[in-house]
Amino acid sequence: MNLREFIDQKGYRHNPRRLMEDIIHMVFLILGLVAVGSVLVITVYLVISGLPAIFRIGPVEFLFGTRWASTAAEPEFGILPFILTSIYGTAGAIIIGVPIGFFAAVYLAKMAPKKVRDAMELCIGVLAGIPSVVYGLVGMTILVPGIRILFGVPDGATLLAAIIVLAVMILPSVINVSLTSLQAVPREYEEASLALGATDIETYFRVTVPAAKSGIFTAIVLGIGRAIGEAMAIMMVAGNVANMPSIFKSVRFLTTAVASEMSYSSGLQREALFSIALVLFLFIMIINAILNVLKTGGERR
Amino acid sequence: MIERISGTRRTWCTVMKALCYLSLILVTALTAFMILYVLFRGVPHITPQLLFTKPSTLRHTIGILPDILNTIYIVIATLVVVLPIGVGAAIYLNEYATNRKIVELIEFAAETLSGIPSIIYGLVGMLVFVQFCSLGTSLMAGALTLVIMNLPTIMRTTQESLKTVPESYREGAFALGAGKWRVIRTVVLPTCVNGIVTGCILSIGRILSESAALLFTAGFAHNINGFIDGLGSAGATLTVALYVYASERGEFDIAFAIASILMVLTVIINLLTGYMGRLMKRRNGQ
Repeated sequence: MNLREFIDQKGYRHNPRRLMEDIIHMVFLILGLVAVGSVLVITVYLVISGLPAIFRIGPVEFLFGTRWASTAAEPEFGILPFILTSIYGTAGAIIIGVPIGFFAAVYLAKMAPKKVRDAMELCIGVLAGIPSVVYGLVGMTILVPGIRILFGVPDGATLLAAIIVLAVMILPSVINVSLTSLQAVPREYEEASLALGATDIETYFRVTVPAAKSGIFTAIVLGIGRAIGEAMAIMMVAGNVANMPSIFKSVRFLTTAVASEMSYSSGLQREALFSIALVLFLFIMIINAILNVLKTGGERR
Repeated sequence: MIERISGTRRTWCTVMKALCYLSLILVTALTAFMILYVLFRGVPHITPQLLFTKPSTLRHTIGILPDILNTIYIVIATLVVVLPIGVGAAIYLNEYATNRKIVELIEFAAETLSGIPSIIYGLVGMLVFVQFCSLGTSLMAGALTLVIMNLPTIMRTTQESLKTVPESYREGAFALGAGKWRVIRTVVLPTCVNGIVTGCILSIGRILSESAALLFTAGFAHNINGFIDGLGSAGATLTVALYVYASERGEFDIAFAIASILMVLTVIINLLTGYMGRLMKRRNGQ
């Protein structure tokens, strides 16, 4: 079919307005596809620039090597310390942050007077909006010296400091998402429980919370995603040494490994940094997939 | 009623309630502490010299005027590019799309984008905009990176407000003989301005607080430029400048001064989004 037949078939010749409408439709479609294109470009670029170094170093040595010495005379590129630090750091942040966020969300959803809830909404918004470098700055000037004095370690820039900063940073998402799911629980569930003689607190924790559990689980997974992707704040408080993780040691995360060496890297070192980013991206994609499963599961119910 | 329940139950209830209150107090105290501590350490160091000069190694003074300008430039450049794309994508999803598969694909992509950490945006921004498009380390490269980061935000807020435009508005306009584009332009868009503005405010907040994505795309120079020259050259935003001063130069007073400016902006942005939210709710209620 040539262009002329196409134009005739669509009736553009007699109806220029339809031509205009169809062009506009196409423009909007293209604008919509920008997001899809961006995801594709990001994935393709990360894979293309991240894979070669992994194979050059050897997948096993790269992923399970315990020594990272990228600028040494005989460089070693083992990223197990970064992977483990990211996992431990995230786990620590979840262990501290989620309970606090969870109980705060239950209070806000069920017990708070409207005034308190409005005020807290602002509080949580501000907490979520504070730039991560400001968290890093406050961590540097309070947490780091605090940990040094409190635990008598030579340097307070440790995994512990990073965990505390991350725990604070995931609070807003944990609270907001749990809050929304707790508020969505039908009032009838609670009324039934109250009518059976349960106290209000028992109702909230034994009826409302289990009913909202997929939302609360989503909140936790979202928190994991936030924590594992955070770079600048923990770069400022974690000391940035490629140690195997330990609570009172200076450590380097997957994110900070990329950020700290990127500006002066070259050759295989630079390629290895892209490989680290690729590993991080895989983690994020797994988390995204879990979130998606949770979401579709929640919708089906 | 409360007297008739057993001791263990009563203890359990009290403990749970106490935990709730404790967590809430902790969160509030944390927010208050963050704000007050940063302001307390930063505000005394905000001087006219800091605000209105550029750093001078000769006189050993530090000024953040270039960083303020860079921040403004990057906000403008990002919004100018992301608004048409984001609003357009939202319009496509809400007004045009008939194919369920395409809608799901676009929404999935937007969700994926919002989950990607900013350090990865920084890396890919460096590869694509700085190197491949040979923009060099520049505010423009930084702004384009931020465009992709903020795309999901603008799309989501616009879509939410498009959904609240009553179907009858569209039907009325169609009945008067307007074409689809005309209906969107004259009826749908004006009624969802609130949502678009909310998206802009949220995006400004994200741009202000972004650092990891800008470090390798926009660099950290401190030169005063005009808007066009500025976009073409490297420059630090306030957040990046804060990082550089705190982490690499140990200038904590300057860092806290910048932090207190950012903190005030964060509070203002939150008050604004809260106000916009209430405005929209009230209008939808009517």
